[in-house]
Amino acid sequence: MSRYTSATDADRSEMLRQIGVESIEELFREIPARLRLSSPLGVGEGLSEQEVYEELRTLAARNVSTEDEVSFLGAGMYDHYVPALVDSIILRSEFLTPYTPYQPEISQGGLQAMFEYQTAISELTGLPVSNASVYEGPSAVAAAGYVAKLANGRRRFIASRGVHPHSRETLATLAHGWDMAVEEAPLSGGTTDWPSIGDDVSAVIVQQPNFLGAVEQLEPIAEAAHRAGALVICACDPLPLAVLKPPGECGVDIAVGEGQTLGNRLDFGGPSFGFFAVTEALMRRVPGRIAGETQDADGRRGFVLTLQTREQHIRRERATSNICTAQALNALAGIVYLTWLGRQGIVELVELMIQRTAYARDRLEAIEGVTPLHDQPVVRELAVGIDAPVDRVIARCREEGINPGYALGQDYPEFEDGLLVALTERRTRADIDRLAEVLAAAIAAERSELAGARR
Amino acid sequence: MSAPRGSASWFTAAADDELTIFQRSKPGRRAFVAPGLDVPERPLDELLPPALRRAEPPRLPEVSEPEINRHYNRLSKRNFDLDTGFYPLGSCTMKHNPKLHERVAALPGHAKLHPLQDPARAQGALEVMWRLQDALAEIAGLPHVSLQPSAGSHGELAGVLLTRAFHEDRGERRTKVLTPDTSHGTNPATVTMGGYDVVKVGTDQAGNVDLDDLRSKADEDVACLMLTNPSTVGLFETGIEEIARIVHGVGATLYYDGANLNAIMGICRPGDMGFDIVHFNLHKSFTQPHGGGGPGAGPIAVSERIEPFLPRPQVVRRESSENGSEPYFDLDFDRPKSIGRLRGFQGNYGVFVRSYAYIRSLGAAGLKEVSEVAVLNANYLLARLRAEGVLDHLPAAYERLCMHEFVLSGSPMKRDLKIKTLDLAKRLLDHGVHPPTVYFPLIVDEALLIEPTETETKETLDRFAEVVAEILREAREDPEIARNAPYTTPVRRLDEAAAARNPVLRQT
Amino acid sequence: MAEPSYPADLLYHAEHDWARVDGDEATFGITWYAQDSLGEVVFFEAPGVGTAITKDEPYAEIESVKAVSDVFAPLSGEIVAVNEALSDSPETVNEDPYGDGWLVRVKLSDPSETDQLMDASTYEATLQ
Repeated sequence: MSRYTSATDADRSEMLRQIGVESIEELFREIPARLRLSSPLGVGEGLSEQEVYEELRTLAARNVSTEDEVSFLGAGMYDHYVPALVDSIILRSEFLTPYTPYQPEISQGGLQAMFEYQTAISELTGLPVSNASVYEGPSAVAAAGYVAKLANGRRRFIASRGVHPHSRETLATLAHGWDMAVEEAPLSGGTTDWPSIGDDVSAVIVQQPNFLGAVEQLEPIAEAAHRAGALVICACDPLPLAVLKPPGECGVDIAVGEGQTLGNRLDFGGPSFGFFAVTEALMRRVPGRIAGETQDADGRRGFVLTLQTREQHIRRERATSNICTAQALNALAGIVYLTWLGRQGIVELVELMIQRTAYARDRLEAIEGVTPLHDQPVVRELAVGIDAPVDRVIARCREEGINPGYALGQDYPEFEDGLLVALTERRTRADIDRLAEVLAAAIAAERSELAGARR
Repeated sequence: MSAPRGSASWFTAAADDELTIFQRSKPGRRAFVAPGLDVPERPLDELLPPALRRAEPPRLPEVSEPEINRHYNRLSKRNFDLDTGFYPLGSCTMKHNPKLHERVAALPGHAKLHPLQDPARAQGALEVMWRLQDALAEIAGLPHVSLQPSAGSHGELAGVLLTRAFHEDRGERRTKVLTPDTSHGTNPATVTMGGYDVVKVGTDQAGNVDLDDLRSKADEDVACLMLTNPSTVGLFETGIEEIARIVHGVGATLYYDGANLNAIMGICRPGDMGFDIVHFNLHKSFTQPHGGGGPGAGPIAVSERIEPFLPRPQVVRRESSENGSEPYFDLDFDRPKSIGRLRGFQGNYGVFVRSYAYIRSLGAAGLKEVSEVAVLNANYLLARLRAEGVLDHLPAAYERLCMHEFVLSGSPMKRDLKIKTLDLAKRLLDHGVHPPTVYFPLIVDEALLIEPTETETKETLDRFAEVVAEILREAREDPEIARNAPYTTPVRRLDEAAAARNPVLRQT
Repeated sequence: MAEPSYPADLLYHAEHDWARVDGDEATFGITWYAQDSLGEVVFFEAPGVGTAITKDEPYAEIESVKAVSDVFAPLSGEIVAVNEALSDSPETVNEDPYGDGWLVRVKLSDPSETDQLMDASTYEATLQ
């Protein structure tokens, strides 16, 4: 008997007697003998809690986390400080262990938290209708594409090259199943150079700030898209929205994005959450769960899952998405974090990141062998070109305990030795100065090696 | 009418508990204060022209930390949860969430690892993923696993897209996917999202897929049949091998919805039954906490012929690296026939850590015991309900041994006692029990789908049967009681129609 | 409307829709049985005036809290009016399915199609 079951021999005999069979084996008699396993699964023997803990601890020790190095890695997920308050709330049994709130009378905690989360996302994006979360950023972009396809039935998407490579790839994977093409609008000088938008375009997709950290102009493309009858999808980094003009005010129809930066762990890429917000007109097309306000039989205010006829469990093949389980707990972490930052705090946080990113830009671009990849306004991430093999430069920096950022060349061959550097409030001036120092040394060392090799 | 008591004791709300955190906001209050500026300050207008900026800060709440703490604590007390009580939700597998898992998932080496960290410096994480893949492959009886999908329905979508890639690779374009009429709603929704047409296959009187109907519909335009085994009515598909023959006979793939895996771990394997693609719900059989609606994960296991199309990247183990001779773990992007990505980065790693810890805790014997006791508990609960006379009003939809869950029909109860399945569910709330799944599967009228899981004690099952019997006795006396239930919960029945007619989706 | 009712002056379609024919126009709606099965209606959006609809084909969807259902055209024609009041009060479909709960008004393209519809007693018999 494992530590998670309680059926003793005495329990089992009594239960079998009441069922009317001789053995547990008999309960499986309908399974054809041919299919029955005759030997144990090859997954090893069960271990004690202590042994399992030791194993997972040993495995953890083989990972270099953001506690082990000063990291400037970003590209969609960011090393922020998450307050202890978030953990203490999301680890409560009442939030951690319940199912989706299908019985609203005993789920008001979760439903109200969803309603509050939806309110916060609406505020940040400037769009009135937010759902209660989807899986994460890139699949949210694809889900937005599906909404556009269902809304206008057209055959083509145009996605900016500045949209996160994972988002573009995920959209392409799903679009293949819809027989839709995904075309790319190139980058020029750091922002998107849009082609003319034809009336066969279902939606245009832009990222704000884009993958190179640049702030895009949303209004012109929104106007052009709407003139052609296409929808406008904007994938956003949510924190910069505290300072940037909200997508909803720029003509964006669907704002989606990766929510990890809001109170969630890095967790090697997941779980986090995706947010999804739309205009009033698209309300009945939003995927996923939505909490709505109502009243109970005694006139008390309460919350329920609403507009469920969009969802798979009612509309089935005509659903706006197939999503069932989403990321409720991660969205809860998100709203607690946003509440903790507060109206003043979030602006201070983002303005701090803007100042530090500007400082980092100045320091790095002053280094011999570093050139800006663009000079667009940035918020918390910047892109530079390195005049040396970037992988080797990164390796040298790592030896000094600094992870200088993401090598762009693997996704953008045109920026072969490009480096994407991300800032959060955890990266102080001292860290930035050290980055500049270490990067300068690494580049110099690599360049002199190359020069030496050429001699 | 005075509020009839149940046996539950719910948290008594204060008058202002219904205020949202936004309504508690007061200008000037705050929790976070940003660190002081330690770099030279530049004018914001220079760095970010005003045309790109908001006019006003976003209207987030202004509250202090103690207020946030109290608000969410009090909210939590208006939630029922699995740690607190029995949750026999059919098809959801609400089993105990071991507390060790939170401890290991929180280790900084796991929790604070950036997804784009160099694989050479994430060997622990890649090894967790690789070993989990290995274990899941063993449980499924299929050799190749992708951990990328984020939930069951995401895994289903992967399955449909893999099927498409498989057929296209052979130069074929098929247009239909078959699903049973008992299927979970995610199945047909997924099929449509994958670009196929849904064709329903009937269920026979015994609760199995109707083989004649299947034969008549399985043709070379069918890409795939999606099945759950045991089915959503909790019964083993005894004709599964014949089903596989029919489906493979027309060149289609056979997809296994793993929602009901809790019934068969260590007993039999979907791969051996002939399935090509299997998805797992790590938030069901593998104890990832449900979190009120996620996160979860929906990894897939596939047969050899489907392997080339798996999402990119795959976690692999290489025998040696450039730098050493030791085997090491890596992300493999070089997959020319892959369907591509289904999401960013590698998947819900935090969920993998917990599921891996679970599998290591149980081992082969423990996993088998899970299924044995899950099936034992379900059959026992059915027997107790029969002994308490409940089945006289709520008969089992199928007169067979059930597996890990079973379906009752509330039709006779509705006719004779004048209360519906919905009313029974609401009255259960007054007794501190989460109701079973209601009105699913669709083919059973006034359905009640009950899955106790293996982590519940015999006493809990006995009590549940007693409570149901009591509610039926009460209904015989006065059906109005259940019809207006619940009475003791933080809110009573809510007007869902008003919420759908005039949606209010945020605090204004 | 609490009790089943199937007015004798209407024609009925197997998919639980009714037609009130008035010269070369007709008004359509859903029957008592349909609104009872759906439960409380929360949303209905008709296609625009001028849309051509075809007998036996769905022309709109009607939603309740727990279900979505196609609404089928009993006869073919062009929509000349839609019941705007339903945007604010969709539950009128439940309260008065044959009166204020009408859905669309259509100019018929082939009035002879009425021969294929059922009268009240025939339709009611199909519900047993």
